Amino acid sequence: MILDAPTSLRGSLANRLHLDLPLLIALLLLSGVSLAVLYSADSSRVDQQLLRLAVGFVVMLVLAQIPPDNYIRWTPWLYALAVGLLIAVLLAGIAGKGAQRWIGIGGFRFQPSELMKLAMPMMVAWYLREVSLPPSLKKLFAAVLIVAIPTLLIAKQPDLGTAVLVAGAGIFVLLFSGIPFKVLGFASLLLAPLAGMLWKFGMHDYQRQRVLTFLTPESDPLGAGYHIIQSKIAIGSGGLYGKGWLNGTQSHLEFLPERHTDFIFAVFGEEFGLLGGTLLLSVYLFIVWRGLYIAAQAQEPYGRLLIGGLIMTFFIYFFINIGMVAGLLPVVGLPLPLVSFGGTSMVTIMASFGILMSIHTHRKLLKG
Amino acid sequence: MSESNPVRFYRGRYAVVLGTLCLVTAGLVWRAVDLQVVDRQFLQDQGDARHLRVVSVPAHRGMITDRHGEPLAMSTPVQSVWVNPAKLMTARDRWPELARALEMAPERLAQQVESRRSREFVYLRRHMNPSDAQEVLVLGIPGVSIQKEYRRYYPTGEVSAHVVGFTNIDDEGQEGLELQFERYLRGHNGSKRVIRDRLGQTIANVESIEEPRPGRDIALSLDRRIQYLAYRELKAAVSRHKAKAGSAVVLDARTGEVLAMVNQPAYNPNNRNDLVSWRYRNRAVTDVFEPGSTVKPFTVSAALETGRYEPETSVDTSPGYYQLAGFTVSDHQNYGEIDVATVIKKSSNVGASRIALDLQPRQLWQTFSRVGLGIDSGSGFPGEATGTLSGWNEWRNVTRATVSYGYGLSVTPLQLANAYSVIAGDGRLRPVSFLSLDAGDAPAGRVALSPKTVRQVRGMLEAVVSPGGTGEAARVPGYRVAGKTGTVHKAIVGGYSEDRYSAVFAGMAPVSRPRLVMMVMIDEPSAGEYFGGQVAAPVFARVMEGALRLLDIPPDDIDSLGVTVAEASQ
Repeated sequence: MILDAPTSLRGSLANRLHLDLPLLIALLLLSGVSLAVLYSADSSRVDQQLLRLAVGFVVMLVLAQIPPDNYIRWTPWLYALAVGLLIAVLLAGIAGKGAQRWIGIGGFRFQPSELMKLAMPMMVAWYLREVSLPPSLKKLFAAVLIVAIPTLLIAKQPDLGTAVLVAGAGIFVLLFSGIPFKVLGFASLLLAPLAGMLWKFGMHDYQRQRVLTFLTPESDPLGAGYHIIQSKIAIGSGGLYGKGWLNGTQSHLEFLPERHTDFIFAVFGEEFGLLGGTLLLSVYLFIVWRGLYIAAQAQEPYGRLLIGGLIMTFFIYFFINIGMVAGLLPVVGLPLPLVSFGGTSMVTIMASFGILMSIHTHRKLLKG
Repeated sequence: MSESNPVRFYRGRYAVVLGTLCLVTAGLVWRAVDLQVVDRQFLQDQGDARHLRVVSVPAHRGMITDRHGEPLAMSTPVQSVWVNPAKLMTARDRWPELARALEMAPERLAQQVESRRSREFVYLRRHMNPSDAQEVLVLGIPGVSIQKEYRRYYPTGEVSAHVVGFTNIDDEGQEGLELQFERYLRGHNGSKRVIRDRLGQTIANVESIEEPRPGRDIALSLDRRIQYLAYRELKAAVSRHKAKAGSAVVLDARTGEVLAMVNQPAYNPNNRNDLVSWRYRNRAVTDVFEPGSTVKPFTVSAALETGRYEPETSVDTSPGYYQLAGFTVSDHQNYGEIDVATVIKKSSNVGASRIALDLQPRQLWQTFSRVGLGIDSGSGFPGEATGTLSGWNEWRNVTRATVSYGYGLSVTPLQLANAYSVIAGDGRLRPVSFLSLDAGDAPAGRVALSPKTVRQVRGMLEAVVSPGGTGEAARVPGYRVAGKTGTVHKAIVGGYSEDRYSAVFAGMAPVSRPRLVMMVMIDEPSAGEYFGGQVAAPVFARVMEGALRLLDIPPDDIDSLGVTVAEASQ
């Protein structure tokens, strides 16, 4: 029988529910921010978002109850299923907005790449869990293959943002496994020509356009550069303290595109200013710090590597989103985790926190 | 306690990761500082530039009223629908809906938008009813906006159209007094700063930069009631006599104010399809005609002014015609030896020309010029004709003769009416005014004829309207009326037409102290009657009768009513 968390904390409700209280508070805080900003950007979607957040928290709660051993057992199957579904998407997926990302099961549309966001770090962690760490070059190569196959499948859809995220999740697990810095440096050297190859052969025209637009948004202010220029203006006009909740002109006058989804940070920045933005970043950073702390507390390689991978994915998520909205990174179409309006990605993120909490709260404590 | 934690802990790596994350996040914060502190002003200005717009606030045009403040032209707010074609192009599927709301043919809408696709502002429909325009706007079609404008509305329509004139669709005066007083009437548009959303809809007003200054109202000298009366009677006469055109002018004898001025054919200034020049021309000032017999009173005036003639001086007109350098001057019949007054009463061409030939050419010319025949009336009306009166030193004998009974010179109806106001008044010629003058503000004018002469000529003109005179049809019960008929052969290429006439009557009332001067000219009556006394005089009588009553002018010929009153009291 598995012995649960410290007896002294048994009485705490959070503990009995296998939840990490600091993390839970931070997540609730983000949910609140999400509802408030959405109310300002597009009040008609608040109810829907509330429902999705509720579903997300329920998923987290449920997954937190499942002991980590089960996850270890399910990992290869889950990974295989996700890869299978990704192949199915390419063969018989539903196309929409110029990409083929969905498959229909019954009446539902499902995005297998979302599943891969979880399956990928789980699989890499599962593979490296038995290996003596740091892994040998041979093992490392096998792990890279585990990462590369789904990444390429997703990039093919095409869905660059998710591909980066999924690859990142796998690579971070590798990173946490203790690869020598020498290997890392060598890999970076390899990566440079690879990026050139990707630019030349691996990217669609519109993706190349996005990168060019990011570099010089002013070259096409009414077309592709419009998003970036408008969002920079929105953020910039917020100033130190912002224009105040519901007072953002750029978003309210509909100058800001995608203001309830990917560009919601621009609305936030306009209304709450530098102060609000810094506080929001602090909340995100707190979640990451807490996640890494939990990873460090993990008692076995699987848990530690997985949590590390998941939390780094979360970091990449908000970093890319804010970077892109602020005009630091190209527009890749990633939502701001837990704040942007959106269904599947929210559930995936909450699921990853559920797994994280399960690993943390099911630690075996040795008496004596 | 490595036992309790079997996984090796890479403390250094942990620090590196956490440090990197903090560093990267700091990068985001730095970026935020960059945008929200360093570039803030620039970005804020950029943002303002996207939603703050300076728009023009239309000012309405001044109102034109008659002398009693009744509106003749006023501006009402309307909405014009315009589009940004580039934006409208993105919503092609909604064009049919838009065309329906605008009541436009879909093909025309498509053509208008596509042919101007490179512009940013294209009117789709001007001057819509505000509620209809609002219905177009609420469709929420991208690129479609409305703009407030003012549309000119003329409550009296045809009745005062020629005098008032009209504006173009941009509210600028095009004809008539709308054009003449453009500078007074035109409003000065203001401007304000507004917030607009991405679709170009105005969300809120921020500040007023410049208040719109509405144009000034002007009060015309016209009296809407007399104007209407003149319009009705002239129209009826023109149609009854199947005439080509007609004009009538009523002046205030004491001030030179135009109380009524009408023409046929007329037009409705509220309907732009009516705006063709043969309709909208104000013939009473823009067209000239040969005045014929109506100038005889001025020939006689010239004679009286010399002191060599009196009303009783006799003139031999027998045998009713005579030859002059191969040209025959003739009367309708042989009047024999008659006095000057009878020359007027019977309208004898022979008598008038004999008198003229007896005068110095310069004396006749001077009198005609002084009463304003062939001379700019000073009204300033756009397109006003001056008429022609050639110099006396150019006159041959034939010219001296024909000018005396109104051929060989041309005048406008307004000039002739004003010349008669010299006879109606104290012998002074005053400039014509289309604006209402304040009491006592009438211009003094220039002396044209002596008071004695005008009194004598008035007496002769009263005889014209008395039984046996040519202008009997101009009589107005209860009032003494004076006037002169004219039946003018129209000039055609190579001479004068035998069967095309202008029927003219000019006169005044009440004779004891003339208040109103009126002239009527009916061009080419073709229903049989064509004499001035038959065609024009009755119009004069009806309008004058109504006008005298409307102005509460006391009757000065109680005798003609006396019987009736006595009978009524019995």
